[in-house]
Formats: sequence, structure tokens, C-alpha cells
Amino acid sequence: MTRQSLFRMRMAGLLRKELRQILRDPSSIALAVVLPLVMLFLFGYGVSLDAEHVPLAMVLQDRAAPARELAARFEGSRYFDVRHAASLSEARRWLDQRKVEGIVCLQSDFAAHIQRQQAASVQVIVNGVDANRARLIQAYARGVLQQWGALRHARGEAAAVPAVTVVQRVWFNEGAVSRNFLVPGLIALIMTLIGTLLTALVVAREWERGTMEAILVTPLRRIDLLLGKLLPYFFLGMAGMGLSVALAVTLFQVPLRGSLSVLFVLSALFMLAALGLGLMISAAVRVQFVAAQISIVTGFLPAVFLSGLLFDLESTPLPIQIVSHVVPARYFVTIIHTLFMAGNVWSVLLPNALALLVMAVLFIALAYRNITKRLEAP
Amino acid sequence: MTTVVRPPDSDPSVTTESVLTARRLTKTFAAAKAKAEVVTALQGVSLKVDRGQVAGLVGADGAGKTTLLRIAAGLLVPTEGTVTVLGLDSARDSLAVQSRVGYMPQRFGLYEDLTVAENMDLYADLQGVPKAERRRRYPRLLAMTGLAPFPRRRAGDLSGGMKQKLGLACALIKSPQLLLLDEPTVGVDPVSRRELWKIVYELAEGEGIGVLLATAYLDEAERCHHVALLHEGRLMAEGPPRAFHDRVRGRVFLIAPPAGVAPRRIHTRLARATGIQDVTIRAGRVRLVTAADAAAGAAFDLPATWRAGMQPAEPCFEDAFMALLPRREAAFAPAAQIDDGAAAVEVGEVVVRTEGLSKYFGAFAAVQDLSFEVRRGEIFGLLGPNGAGKSTTFRMLCGLTTAGGGKLTVAGRDLRRSRARARARLGYMAQRFSLYTQLSVRENLQFYGRAYGLAGARLQARMDWAYAEFGLAAWRDRAAGELPGGYKQRLAMATALLHQPDILFLDEPTSGVDPLARREFWLRINGFAQQGVTVVVTTHFMEESEYCDRMLIMSRGRTLAVGTPEQIRALARSADLPAPTMEDAFIALAEGRAGAASSGAHQ
Repeated sequence: MTRQSLFRMRMAGLLRKELRQILRDPSSIALAVVLPLVMLFLFGYGVSLDAEHVPLAMVLQDRAAPARELAARFEGSRYFDVRHAASLSEARRWLDQRKVEGIVCLQSDFAAHIQRQQAASVQVIVNGVDANRARLIQAYARGVLQQWGALRHARGEAAAVPAVTVVQRVWFNEGAVSRNFLVPGLIALIMTLIGTLLTALVVAREWERGTMEAILVTPLRRIDLLLGKLLPYFFLGMAGMGLSVALAVTLFQVPLRGSLSVLFVLSALFMLAALGLGLMISAAVRVQFVAAQISIVTGFLPAVFLSGLLFDLESTPLPIQIVSHVVPARYFVTIIHTLFMAGNVWSVLLPNALALLVMAVLFIALAYRNITKRLEAP
Repeated sequence: MTTVVRPPDSDPSVTTESVLTARRLTKTFAAAKAKAEVVTALQGVSLKVDRGQVAGLVGADGAGKTTLLRIAAGLLVPTEGTVTVLGLDSARDSLAVQSRVGYMPQRFGLYEDLTVAENMDLYADLQGVPKAERRRRYPRLLAMTGLAPFPRRRAGDLSGGMKQKLGLACALIKSPQLLLLDEPTVGVDPVSRRELWKIVYELAEGEGIGVLLATAYLDEAERCHHVALLHEGRLMAEGPPRAFHDRVRGRVFLIAPPAGVAPRRIHTRLARATGIQDVTIRAGRVRLVTAADAAAGAAFDLPATWRAGMQPAEPCFEDAFMALLPRREAAFAPAAQIDDGAAAVEVGEVVVRTEGLSKYFGAFAAVQDLSFEVRRGEIFGLLGPNGAGKSTTFRMLCGLTTAGGGKLTVAGRDLRRSRARARARLGYMAQRFSLYTQLSVRENLQFYGRAYGLAGARLQARMDWAYAEFGLAAWRDRAAGELPGGYKQRLAMATALLHQPDILFLDEPTSGVDPLARREFWLRINGFAQQGVTVVVTTHFMEESEYCDRMLIMSRGRTLAVGTPEQIRALARSADLPAPTMEDAFIALAEGRAGAASSGAHQ
């Protein structure tokens, strides 16, 4: 038999074995399929960074027409659920009890000020425990005020706001729907789970169960060992990505503005980087527990916190920004956000893709260098 | 198939029959921690295995057997020396070596999620066996291993013996010229053990394969053509088993106990006598090996009635092994129980009783319809191969698992109702010594003492007792993880006995422990039983049941027989086998040959 046919036979054997194990082992299925689905549904439906139907206390110390009209504008907004409080102190009690998240107070001289063409102050108090949400509520409140002011101005009535107003437009994610931002980012997380955590775990499991020793005494070469783990989990990860993309576009209605083929090619690069990390871990660690810990700390947590998936990296301290540059997920989250919401913007995609390529090659080369056919402790 | 084709790239000088040659092999492992010492697993070991030869690598745990096999298979690189396999250097040409040898690691290396056929396919793929050859080879391997009826069964669902045979089939997938087997028979039932040896001999004598087989079972050495005895990394002796026998010829005796004297009593007495190298109980008689310098049977003190029953015996490998082994320190001498064999065995009240005990895991019956009773001061053995249901039974007895069905009373209490109170009177030593390896001996004792409600002066008194009784005083500030194997076992036993339990449960206390420590263990157990402690012990070493008063043999969750060792051995007695061993009895019971007789011993 030729070298090539022997190689093909070994590869086919390894791939078949891995596939059967994945299909028959409930823990692999749970990690590769169930967990991603749970995360998608959780983030797609449950977790939302948007503020809608914010409970708001309205204190009307002035009962004149302009005050009542403004209150009605708040009541009509889909961002707020308004409850009327008899006094400011009652409203504050509600705030303390977390029954409301903000207070809008129109003081007794509100209408009088407006009549005299003076600036009428509107007091807006917001629960600032969650700073991001507080800013969102503030902005929504300002929006309502501005619209009301513009309306009065158009009617030729005295307005408390200047005639020139800022017109905001949110680009790419017009509705500022956080799901459009979170669901594509999750794909990075799911691929990290499969590529890094699952791969490191299955190799450690072979050590623990003693099958690795039996495999190592067969005439396998190191490249066979590397490819034997790389290929099956590459395909598994890409399948997970495909499933996530399909769900994102159909079920969660996330717009995909870039091309699907570019998405697949760049995802493949990220998958290789994630796998490279997982294989590096598995070359160094032979216990599942330790493998899981290391992959969570080096793969999963950075993908959550240092990738720009949940938090904007631009607003983090400089040291963290620097550290984030060694996290492959950072580049991929940028890529995937761009592809989903903006389109094939090559000036963004190419540098990030290059970074992923470098990392993938580096990690896999290091993993290959550390794979051994000896039992000697690493 | 019997012709051996030499690989074209092998050393042409290998025209001799040698398939494996180890030359002055030394292997050291770097210490895991900075301050720990370098571990020397092998030291200057030379060895040769010929074509068609079954060579045994015999020694206790930690002797270096696995290290040697792994070096031969190219999995480890020797620190010094070389191993030449079929003319190839196992470290330099490991790929070439690996395509010509079959290797079965200790845990058989099977994928439990894959079926029998899928496991074989995988190894055939990895070894590059062409499809046409597989069609010829599979039926033969399956027939030889008796796996032909189950090609679609998952390896995880096979019994221990069947896993072992599948592991062997996978190692043989490419007609290797050398077969390396690492403790293939550990925890496997005697029937499967016997079958494995049959296969090994067919391979060696029929196909001319050289076999190097590591084993901790000393009786298996007798079955090898050539034996290499390893101890703590050194080659103590080698040669055919007969050469080992000759070393102790004339020094081995058997004492048939006089009527009314339990062999255990003679055993305890002789274990302390000077001039005796080794003493065991075998098939109801006391076997002893005298020291090399003692005149035959004269140098030690023996009551005349006992001496009357003494006669010379044919030596076996174990006798030679014990005579060769360096004595480590003063052997265990129980001070508390001086016994001249006069006292009759008192039969106490029943302290453990089970009736129709069973336990199911889903549809799988781990234990079925188990009934027995144990009386105060008895040593009761639960015997069977791995997977027989011994540990499950044990966990039910100790209240660690709830009983699935049937009745269970321990220390007069129904374990299903008052578990905590029954447990206070139990001592339990788990299969893996459950010690905190980072804590010192003293801290381990303190922790377990407090866990059982001991404190203050009483705890101190019990700890002092433990130091004295188990010889642990010198080790009290050492971390438990750093203790030598025998001492770990002593500490584990001390923690189980601190609160002075009435009943002591010991789960596989002797597995992975060297023969010296095993002997010491049984002497100690004997002493506790004489003080009125009831001992229930599991083991997969069939011959250890001789130390029990009564025993139960189980297999696949079912009871094969209950009775005294004498009664159970008698079940296998036949014209061709006038003095059967416990292992013969197990095989006879498992194969149903003793079926008619077994009802007699069944309660």
C-alpha cells in the first residue's frame, strides 16, 4: 500500500471514531448542540440591553394644559410606563422600592415659565445603579421633551426648547435593537466552546480513560494525531456556526448584510484559531478538570468579556484594551458585527482577518510542536 | 500465517530467535515537585525474549513492569540503555517498532462508546491492515476470543473478561511478531484468566509470536517459559520457573492442622516465629518457607501436635519470590494477641444479616437476591472478579447506597431506617485509600477521629494507639501522599479503626499492594477479629479467601456459593482434582460443574 492510502486509512479511522463518539456521548452533544441553542435562545429572547416600558413616576405639581400635554407625551411613548404620583416624596418612595426607575417632575411654575417664553425646567431623576440603562432612560426622556418642544414650535406656540434641535439617527442597527448585536456575537462564543473547550476536554478524556496510550502505540505520526482531532471538531464547529447563523437570520430576524461566503471563510479562520488554542491546551494537560479550567479562563471568558461582545472595548481602560489584542474572539466579533450589520466592509474585515490568520497558524504550529508520541509527562 | 516475514529494513544481524533485547535499561522520572526526589523506575535491567516464548515480567506494584513495557513499545525513552525490538531501536525507530508489535495497556485501551467491531476496525485502520486481510483475520480473532456472537455490542457493556479479550484482539489485529501485555489479568475472573493464557500459548507456540507479559499475580509466573522478577526497579532474578523452585527446594513445608485447630491460628503463631521466611494458608493447610540458614524445620518452635502434621512440599514460584525479597523492616508482630491455638472459636451473635438483597441500576442487576449472615468476630469474605457486584453490596452494607430490595440489618439496626446510628458502629475503608494526601498522618487521624465524634484526651489516646499499633509514630508529620504504599494502607486502616467500630468493612484492601504488605495486612485483620471485631472484606485474589472464616463467592451480581473455604473448595473436588484450590472452585462454580453440590453449601 502506498503512503497516501495508509494515511487516508488512518485518517478515515480516526474521523469515524471521533464522529461515533460525539454522536454516542451525551456530554459531547450537550456541549456542541444543546448549550449553543440554550445560549442563543437566552440571549435572543431573554437578555436584552434595550430599555423599553421603563416604569416612570410622573409628578405633576402644575395642572395647566402644557404640563398635562407633556405628561401625555410620556404616557404615549413605548419606552415608558407612566404612573402618576401625588407628590415628589411618594415618587421617591417608589424609586427606593424599585417600583419605578425614574421620576419626571413638572414644578408648579412650569406653565407660567413657558407662557413667559422662559426656559422651563423639567426635573428628571433616574436610578443610576445600572449606568448604561440610566443613560438610555435619560436619552429617551430627552427625546420625548424635544419632540414635544418641536411640536409646540410647529404649532406656533411658545416652547421651552430651542427651535434648532439635534436630530439623531442610529446607523446600521437602526432600531438600536441589542439582539442584532448580541446574537451574531454569540456565534463567536459558541465556536470558542466547541473549538477550545470541547477539543481540550475530549483529548484529556482519552488520557484519563487510557485510550490515548493504546492509540499512541499504533504507528500514527504526530500530524495524524493533530489532524485526527482538528478535522472533526472543525466541522462540528462550522456546523454549529451554520446553525447559529440560520437561527439568527430566520428566528431572530437579525439582518445579514455581508455575504454568506465571506462569513463562512472568515469564521473558518476563527475556528482554526480556537481549535489551535484547544489543541495547545490538550497537548499540555491530561486531566479533564484542569483542561476545562484552562479553556474557560483562556478561551471562554476572554471571548465573553474582552471581545467587545458585551462591553465596548473602546471605553475600557488602556491595559485591558492592550490585553484584548491577544484574544482571537476580539477580531472575530468585529468581523461578525460588521458582516451582519454593515456589510462587506473590506477595510474593517481584512486587518481583522489577517490577525486571525496569524493567530490560527501560530496556535496550530505550537500545538503541533507540543504534541508528543511519548508518555513522558509534559 | 505462521511464517514470519522479516521487514526489509530490519537489522540483518537478527538471525537469532530474539525478538526483544533490553540492555542495562535505566529510567528515571523527574520529580513533580522541586523538593521531591527523582524517581528511579528501572535500574540496569537486562532482558531477552525469544520467538515463540512467553516471558513473564513479575513483580509487585512499583516494580517497574509498566515502565519497561512502555519503553519497549516506544512510549517512553530510556534514560540509559536500549531496547531492541525485532532489530530496531525502540526509542529511535518507534514508528517502525509500533507497526510490528501488539501492545495492550493495563486498561485495555478500548473505546467504550464503540462496538466490538468498530474498535477492531479502528485499530485495523490505524495499523493499516488492508480490507482483504481483515476479512481473513477477523473471523479468526473473533473465534479465538469468543467474541464472535457480539460484534455489535459496545465495549463498555462487555464484562471484564470480554473487554480483556477484545483488547487482546485489537493488539493482535496486524499479526504482530511481539506481543506486550501489561497486567492483562488484573481483576478479571478466573475463567477468563485461564482462557487468556490458553490464547497466549496458542499465539506463542502456534504462530511463533514472542510474548512479554507483566503480572502481579505470582501464580501466573508458573505458566511462563521464562520469568524475570523485578523489585523496585531492579532485576532480582530470572530464569525458567523451575530454577526459582530450586532455590527454595527443601525449605517448603505444609502443616495440616490437627482436628479443631483453625489453620489461621497456626498461621498467626508461625508468622512471629524466627527462622521462618514466609507463612501462608493454602487450601486449608499452612504453608511455610524456612529461612535459608535454618536446618529443615528444626530451628523454630512448634508444638508437637502441629509438627506431627508437617511434611515437606513441592516449592512454587511464590515461595521463591518471598525468599528472594529483601525484608524491609521488622515484620509485623502483633503484641496484643498471644495465641497458642488452644482457645476454641467462639461463635457470637449475628451482626450483619441480608435477605434477598438486590440493587438495580436501570435494567442492570448489579446485585440480585443476596442472602448471608456474619457473626461477631468473624472474618467474612466477599469474593468475585471486577463487576461481580462486590462494591455495590458493600455500599449497601455501609449505608452509602440504599438497598434496592430485600432486608438488611447491620449491628442490629435496619439500615434503611436508622442509618446514622448504625454507621457510628462501622469502620469503612474504601477501595482507593480515602486519605487527604496533603495532610500529615497526624492531621488525617485527627480529622477522621473528630468526624466520628472523638475529642480531647480520648482522641489523643486513640491516636497514640494508632501510632503504636500501626508503627506510624516515625511518620506522624509526613504528608499522607508521601507515604510508601504499605504505610498508606496502614494509615487508611487506622483511620477506619480510630472510633473502635464493632464491624470493619474493607473494600479491596489488598489490591495494588505488594505481597509483603498483603501478608502483614491479613495478620493484622486476624488480630482484630480475635479481639471481637467483625470484619467484612472484599477481594479479587481468590487465594486470600483462605484467611476468611466464611465467604461468599459472587459473579455478575449473583451468589455462586456461601460457606467456609473448606466447604467451597470441596465443591470442586473430583477424581482428577483431589485437592482443588479456590480458583479451581470458582471455575467449577462459574461453569456450573459444581452446580449440584453447591446447594449444600448454599446457606
